[in-house]
Amino acid sequence: MERKDDFAERRKHIAKLSDEELYDKFWELTAKVVDPLLELGKKNTTPSVERAVLLRMGVSSLQSKPIVEGCMDRGLMGKGAGHVVYKLSKAKNISIPEAAEMLAEGKGWDEAVALFKGGK
Amino acid sequence: MAYDKLEKDKKIDIELILQDLDKYAPRRKGWVWRKPVADLEMGPFSYKDATEPLKQSVPLPPAKYFNNIDPQPAPVITTEIASGRFEDDIRRMRMAAWHGADHIMVIRTAGQSHMDGLIEGTPQGIGGVPITRKQVRAQRKALDLIEDEVGRPINYHSYVSGVAGPDVAVMFAEEGINGAHQDPQYNVLYRNINCVRSFVDACESKKVLAWAEIAQIDGAHNANATAREAWKVMPELIVQHAINSLFSEKVGIKPENICLSTVPPTATPAPCVYMDLPYAVALRDFCRRYRMRAQMNTKYIDSSAREATVTHVLNMFISKLTRADIQSTITPDEGRNVPWHIYNIEACDTAKQTLIGLDGLMEMVELKNDGPLIEKSREIRERACLFMEEIVEVGGYFEAVQEGFFVDSAMYPERNGDGIARKIEGGIGYGFVYERDEDYMAPVTAHYGYNNVEQYGGDPKDPSALIDGCTFEDRNKIVYIDELDDDNVNTRMDENAKYRNSNFIKPEMEWLADGTVMLTMCIPANKRTAEVVAVEIGNKLGLEDPEVISREVLQEAEGTRIEMKGKLKFDVDLSTLVIPPEPVYLTDEEIRNDVKEHPLKVVCGTVGEDEHSVGLLEIINIKHGGIERFGIECIYLGTSVPVEKLVDAAVELNAEAILASTIISHDNIHYKNMKRINELAIEKGIRDKVMIVAGGTQVIPEEAMKTGIDAGFGRNSHGIDVASFLVEERIRRRNK
Repeated sequence: MERKDDFAERRKHIAKLSDEELYDKFWELTAKVVDPLLELGKKNTTPSVERAVLLRMGVSSLQSKPIVEGCMDRGLMGKGAGHVVYKLSKAKNISIPEAAEMLAEGKGWDEAVALFKGGK
Repeated sequence: MAYDKLEKDKKIDIELILQDLDKYAPRRKGWVWRKPVADLEMGPFSYKDATEPLKQSVPLPPAKYFNNIDPQPAPVITTEIASGRFEDDIRRMRMAAWHGADHIMVIRTAGQSHMDGLIEGTPQGIGGVPITRKQVRAQRKALDLIEDEVGRPINYHSYVSGVAGPDVAVMFAEEGINGAHQDPQYNVLYRNINCVRSFVDACESKKVLAWAEIAQIDGAHNANATAREAWKVMPELIVQHAINSLFSEKVGIKPENICLSTVPPTATPAPCVYMDLPYAVALRDFCRRYRMRAQMNTKYIDSSAREATVTHVLNMFISKLTRADIQSTITPDEGRNVPWHIYNIEACDTAKQTLIGLDGLMEMVELKNDGPLIEKSREIRERACLFMEEIVEVGGYFEAVQEGFFVDSAMYPERNGDGIARKIEGGIGYGFVYERDEDYMAPVTAHYGYNNVEQYGGDPKDPSALIDGCTFEDRNKIVYIDELDDDNVNTRMDENAKYRNSNFIKPEMEWLADGTVMLTMCIPANKRTAEVVAVEIGNKLGLEDPEVISREVLQEAEGTRIEMKGKLKFDVDLSTLVIPPEPVYLTDEEIRNDVKEHPLKVVCGTVGEDEHSVGLLEIINIKHGGIERFGIECIYLGTSVPVEKLVDAAVELNAEAILASTIISHDNIHYKNMKRINELAIEKGIRDKVMIVAGGTQVIPEEAMKTGIDAGFGRNSHGIDVASFLVEERIRRRNK
């Protein structure tokens, strides 16, 4: 978009604001810009968010990548990759590192999918 | 063996740093600011804005006149180090810390922002280092030793951006990183990463940074570096700073850990302070809750180190007049791609020198509350406010990006239509955002959004308790990976092992034994010719890959200043050299006692057609700590003294020594005069009785002695040097 400088016209409604009022208005507008972005983060996840969850669960970077890819391939991202590992470890009564290793090697996925059928 | 202390006269042992890294744990988390000291007394001075001094450091060159004091200014000082080989960067970090850097920023290798996941091991990088757990651990471990050595905490910093932001943030939190760049706008605008993906990732990354108390630096200054007419993006810069800052604060980062990367937008020949100061005032007003990381203008930097230094100083003048919590030190590297040891160090010194030089300034001056400063500042704030208003009007941030609002080269609200536009449905990582189901769960600490551990009986206040703690509570759970392939630090260190802790030495600019040298010369020809001539000179000198890195016209026909680099093909074997020890002086008392027993009379003067007297007076005058203070009787004949007169005076007064000062060195006149004094002394038959000493800024002692005189003193000589020589020489002669 090209536009001539219409600052003189555009500023009319803020020209009379004191410095503090201008400050407040600026930050109110900023909040309107960032609030929806914060909501997006609450409602969604991404491969890197899920890898970062797995890392904190003690899963190596080498294993967290194929696990997240496995979740994407099987429609399990909405559950959370950490959730998938956790649930499999509980169902099979194995540790989290053991469950992660299985999934990273491509094993246990059918069971994982089945565990999440019909709700949680 | 634990590596727990550095010795100042020993190189840091990289092999020891790399040992047992799997067991290393960082000693602290979080950012550390310098500690202010009110009215700090150092040497003969009192400082208003200084901070706790270092235990060990390299002071500025003139500090030798002031008892080697090294006062430290208030802002944390950044240096950016990343040569592609992290093992060599460690040595540079140590040098930088000794010169006052306490924020070490490591640039990532080209392309890391598009790597989907963590990189492991220690591959070599391009334009930066691949940031990996092993590399971070090794450098943090080295910095622990270095901070103990200099006596001030050192903040270690890298980047949380790209498509693996959250992965990297977690690794940084686990490994004790203290500062990080994190700004989703940077991903969107400059790395073309999908905007939705960038912001969802940023929520998680920032939550992790908040937990680790990492200071965050934004990426807004890049708009300045990218826009065609950079000074016009001032309103947008404030908008970008505000978006990232408030977004971060709402995720949970404390305002005092939110740092704005702010750049004075323009540089000379623009009247830059007049333009940049109102902007700095406007930004610091609107963003008063946050910290200022004063970045240097890199948009208009060229390849001259001198010019870059002046820009740096002008930028720091703005910092001082307003506020800077962190002061950056970009070097001319940007202009000529030479990220070298020496320039890191020079830029740290420039910052220290300038900020200490301006110490206390604001007790004496203040910015005006009326006139152009305030008017322009208000205008910039209004323009920023209107910019933010229009983002809201068009439907929000993503829509504004899609419509090319950002990095447009016109001053908002004017638009040139050349902004960077990114599609909401496009870019790298597009299509990889997944809606969380109702039963989504993440049983870890510092996760953004709901963890939802209650469904398994977990505690929402301590979600990782469900798995008996995550890596943030129990670092034994971290999986450390050493190396994955042959491109690693061990291979590189095997290749240059000859030069590690050995007799063999090569000069270096960034990597051990890289052999790189820089030559500065004046070629009496036009620029194009000078470049070609310089390369030929490099070839004839036997340099490998000679390349001109800077060229400045002196006059279009008369000459060009050239800086070039090249690599030496040879090394130096220390075992073949004789390195004479530093000269040892007689003590003041020994000199004084000898002069008391055997009174010493000298005649002195500045010879030739030379009216300078300062140098010689400093050598002789009691006020300057000259030789008179030892009781030596000085007969000063003045300036422009003919050499004959000097020798005649020595004969007449029965002086034991002649001191000649020689400033002018054209056509080697200084050495010719020394030779003449020697000859005259022989002619007059007093050579055995008189010591002949000459000095001056252009005097090389060895060359002076070739003229037949007894001693020469060059730049940086003092009364003690001359007095010590005279008395020792006299003792030698007496004992003959």
